[in-house]
Amino acid sequence: MGRIRSVYLLVPLILLTFVSLFLGLKDFPGQARQIIALSRLPRVLSIILAGMSMSIGGLIMQQIAKNRFVSPTTASTVDAAKAGVLASLILFPQASSLGKMVVVFFFALAGTFLFMAILRRIKFKNAVFIPLLGLMLGGIIDSLTTFVAYRYDLIQNINSWLMGNFSMVTQGRYELLYLSLPLLAVAFLFAHQFTIAGLGEEFAVNLGLNYNFIVNLGVTIVALLSALVIITAGRIPFLGLIVPNVASLYYGDNLKASITATALLGSVFLLAADLLGRVIIAPYEIPIGLTVGVLGSMIFLFLIFRSEGR
Amino acid sequence: MKATVTDKRKLQLLAVISLALIALYVLVGLNAGNWRYALSLRLPKTLAIILTGAAIAYSTTVFQTITVNRVLTPSIMGLDALYLFTQTVLVFFFGSRSVLFQTAHINFFLSVGLMMVSASVLYRFLFGGESRDIYFSLLVGVILGTLLQSAASFLRMVMDPNEFLILQGRMFASFNNVNTALLLPAAVVVIPILLAGKGNLALLDVLALGREQAINLGVDYERNVRRLLTTVVVFVSAATGLVGPITFLGLLTANLARELIRSYQHRYLLTASILIGIITLVGGQFVVERLFNFAAPLSVFINLGGGVYFVYLLLRGSQS
Repeated sequence: MGRIRSVYLLVPLILLTFVSLFLGLKDFPGQARQIIALSRLPRVLSIILAGMSMSIGGLIMQQIAKNRFVSPTTASTVDAAKAGVLASLILFPQASSLGKMVVVFFFALAGTFLFMAILRRIKFKNAVFIPLLGLMLGGIIDSLTTFVAYRYDLIQNINSWLMGNFSMVTQGRYELLYLSLPLLAVAFLFAHQFTIAGLGEEFAVNLGLNYNFIVNLGVTIVALLSALVIITAGRIPFLGLIVPNVASLYYGDNLKASITATALLGSVFLLAADLLGRVIIAPYEIPIGLTVGVLGSMIFLFLIFRSEGR
Repeated sequence: MKATVTDKRKLQLLAVISLALIALYVLVGLNAGNWRYALSLRLPKTLAIILTGAAIAYSTTVFQTITVNRVLTPSIMGLDALYLFTQTVLVFFFGSRSVLFQTAHINFFLSVGLMMVSASVLYRFLFGGESRDIYFSLLVGVILGTLLQSAASFLRMVMDPNEFLILQGRMFASFNNVNTALLLPAAVVVIPILLAGKGNLALLDVLALGREQAINLGVDYERNVRRLLTTVVVFVSAATGLVGPITFLGLLTANLARELIRSYQHRYLLTASILIGIITLVGGQFVVERLFNFAAPLSVFINLGGGVYFVYLLLRGSQS
């Protein structure tokens, strides 16, 4: 297959950014500048960052778990983070976004490590068994969360927090997401190490890699990125699963080659999904969590059947 | 293995426990002043819960026998979600004021009809042709359930963004909001099939041996399986319509019955599973309503227990 250089993905990214910035602005003559500064620019920036964060998170997870179908959604990271949102609402209702983010991060971290610990004890590495186990583990965490949330009458509250949605993103409410930039930089720096870790523990150690350090670093980055996205935008299901898979169809499994493409593709996909949700029932909006939920699970099904076919 | 005397004893015990729990649920707290009003609320609800427990237990056991495994259940494979999706599609195309949605029985039979068509296509796709890996089918079922759920939410959002949440809550039943209007149509469908099910008992015993064995023994496999799957679809629709989705109830009742009863005969397995279903739901609802004072919906507890049990089954299956 002829390689398309990943920089070319910048073309749709820039195009979609412009559409997203200026869509429908002509209805507000004289206020365009204000709307862009307060609402449109924060929205586009947060979508780009969230798209990159979730897909890079998924890419790292897939390498260190050595399974294509593992991602924050299918490794109970997101469900643990949801429990974290609940805990922060109950224990520290007055806390700032940053404070809440810290609580959510620790929950996400604990959930992911739990999953990884179970994963290590399983000898049976069937490709579809692992995500199934992760989804079910997430389901258990989720019903515990629902139980506690019900007791504190927080079901509605937590569901609106968790529903992925960029329409509430305005100036002053998304800046936390910039914290993902240094994390993404670290992911790019260690791309090579993650690739080697993906070859298996024994192989990686033989090559002189500090395997445990790399795995722990990966899990920490994924938990932090997930926590950031969930606090600012909510849950965006399956994004971390499908984008790295689609990218690897074209760019292979070497992270050095595919990581840029994965990041850009994540942003492009999320921008497109967001635009779709904005135009379908204009002047209303469909939350991006729903749009991506529908598109994402369809693409996931396609990927499972494809892997079966081989 | 033939049923032993203890199996019959166990069934009798289960029957006594279910009757006692039903009596407890219906009668506790009644007095001379309130019995008329209280019974008018409790009786339909109790009937709906019993019907649901029986329908889910029966359909799951039959489904597991057909697929020869103990992990797959209709709910985990996304049939609940398919029913809710079908309902949403009906409202989407005909509007919530349409007679198709407002009249419980028309709506029910229409949904069941649509379910049968879509489920048969789906299952041909999943189980047809070469036998698939069980984890593959499971993952596809789970993701399909998620897809149908998000697609249904998506449609509701498109229908009425202002009333999205209200619509979401009003359209679907739950344990604290049992859809008693559906009681009559559901009973008319479920009870006769259950009673007529006697003729299937021997057939199910043979099907449990697997496809090849059953065919060797002279069973018209495809036709019978199709007929039984239709029953499963109808029962799941009835249960989901009455009290909403309960993902793991079937898994719990079917497996508990298989642990408890030593016989492989469906005469005993099905009875035990139905009784366990009734005990779980009536007993559970009693505890949640009267003792915990509605601490959380019963489905939350069932899904918690069932989820843990499911992961246990997965891990145990992966060791062997």
